[in-house]
Amino acid sequence: MRGQEAREQAGRKAAMATLARAGGDEMLRLWADAGLPEDAEMLRGPETGLVTVRGRIGGGGAPFNVGEATVTRATVRLPSGHVGHSYALGRDKRKARLAAIADALWQDPARREEIEARIIAPLRAEHEKAHEQRRAETAATKVDFFTMVRGED
Amino acid sequence: MYVAVKGGEAAIANAHRLLADRRRGDRSVPALRLDQIVEQLALGVDRVMSEGSLYDRELAALAVVQARGDLIEAIFLVRAYRTTLPRFGYSNPVDTGAMRVERRVSATYKDLPGGQLLGPTFDYTHRLLDPELAAGADVAEPARRESEAEPMPRVSAILAHEGLIEPDGDMPRDHVAGDITREPLEFPMARDIRLQALSRGDEGFLLALGYSTQRGYARNHPFVGEVRIGEVELELDVPELPFAVPLGSIRVTECQMVNQFKGSAKAPPQFTRGYGLVFGQSERKAMAMALCDRALRASELGEDVVAAAQDEEFVISHADNVQATGFVEHLKLPHYVDFQAELDLVRRMRAEYDARANAGPVDEKREAAE
Repeated sequence: MRGQEAREQAGRKAAMATLARAGGDEMLRLWADAGLPEDAEMLRGPETGLVTVRGRIGGGGAPFNVGEATVTRATVRLPSGHVGHSYALGRDKRKARLAAIADALWQDPARREEIEARIIAPLRAEHEKAHEQRRAETAATKVDFFTMVRGED
Repeated sequence: MYVAVKGGEAAIANAHRLLADRRRGDRSVPALRLDQIVEQLALGVDRVMSEGSLYDRELAALAVVQARGDLIEAIFLVRAYRTTLPRFGYSNPVDTGAMRVERRVSATYKDLPGGQLLGPTFDYTHRLLDPELAAGADVAEPARRESEAEPMPRVSAILAHEGLIEPDGDMPRDHVAGDITREPLEFPMARDIRLQALSRGDEGFLLALGYSTQRGYARNHPFVGEVRIGEVELELDVPELPFAVPLGSIRVTECQMVNQFKGSAKAPPQFTRGYGLVFGQSERKAMAMALCDRALRASELGEDVVAAAQDEEFVISHADNVQATGFVEHLKLPHYVDFQAELDLVRRMRAEYDARANAGPVDEKREAAE
């Protein structure tokens, strides 16, 4: 049971990570295509606030505050009783509402597969593709040092 | 007697209307869109985020255009905006070792794990203006190279093995990270608070101070151990979830400066370090921050404090360009009454001076005798 709970939490967190970095327009398009419900009882927000970003001295030492970032969050309750949360950088309130609904639907075993297939998987694929492209572009700027042999022997 | 002077209301309203017009400029030229600023003036946007101390590209772009490209004014606008928002909390510290790196260079190691990645750098360009860009020529797609993803440990972790470099900066176990947005500055201050002030400090000011250390005012022989730019994941602990909630990623620049150090009464000979971490792509700022961080550790390392860059109160009190511009620019505002008082005083002093001068040499001799 412990293992299953941990796996479930990891899956939910991964889905929330994908929703957090998704573009608002892309999410809205997928949502409309999937015909998912847009109505939910708003328990909180959507509201925009600040999160103070922390770094570590020297990269791995004691924490310090770097600056703030805008974050928008929302909490919804579905007619099924499932409560969903969303948090994401930026100020996109429409996206925050949909992401909270997605999180609520994800927790409903009857809807999880649908959310994973119709929303999470395409967003993740899009993100992976962009990430791989960026990585390949960066890799092309890697310096390959070589040594020139000069003079005799 | 105090007399309030009213007036200027219409002049102010019209001045702001004129400002809006001049900001927009020639109406036959298309207006800038925020996405154009975000995409094409990205490093200006990054500077506004870093010194405005608020990570939000669209807001920074709006500030840039509203300020007509005056970045300090834009930074001021962003700082003012952030005071209107509630605070959700403090993120977990970002892990720069797990950064999705877009640029990473080291001046101390040629062959380091993960390699040297130049990324989108101005280095090695010839700094020649490009007429083709002015003509709006198409830009080629970047080259790509398929390769396996490699881990890219921070350079400091590599050097640490030999014990010849000091570890990442630790604070006492019970230390809580300070926050200059919550508590007033107090001197002397802990290194974590200094770093927060430096990270939002003015790039030009920190650059000049960093430069001064290189020129001999608090010389500390710096090497760029590493500069890396890329995206790091942000997570926040919230009570409603049993795990840290992912917020997405932000781009940051990190600089590990490695400094020669002959040792002192307090510390053995070893490499010491300065650290820089700023929002966005800004290696000049991150490097200047790292130089200043190291210089400001003079007392901690038992060095003599002899130069401006080592003077904590001087550096931290003057690094904030919003405070600086506020105090300098307020001199423009009406000081009519202040000045009237000064004018009266100078008139009185002048009358006394003239009276003494007219009294002749007899008085002068007497004064000398006194």
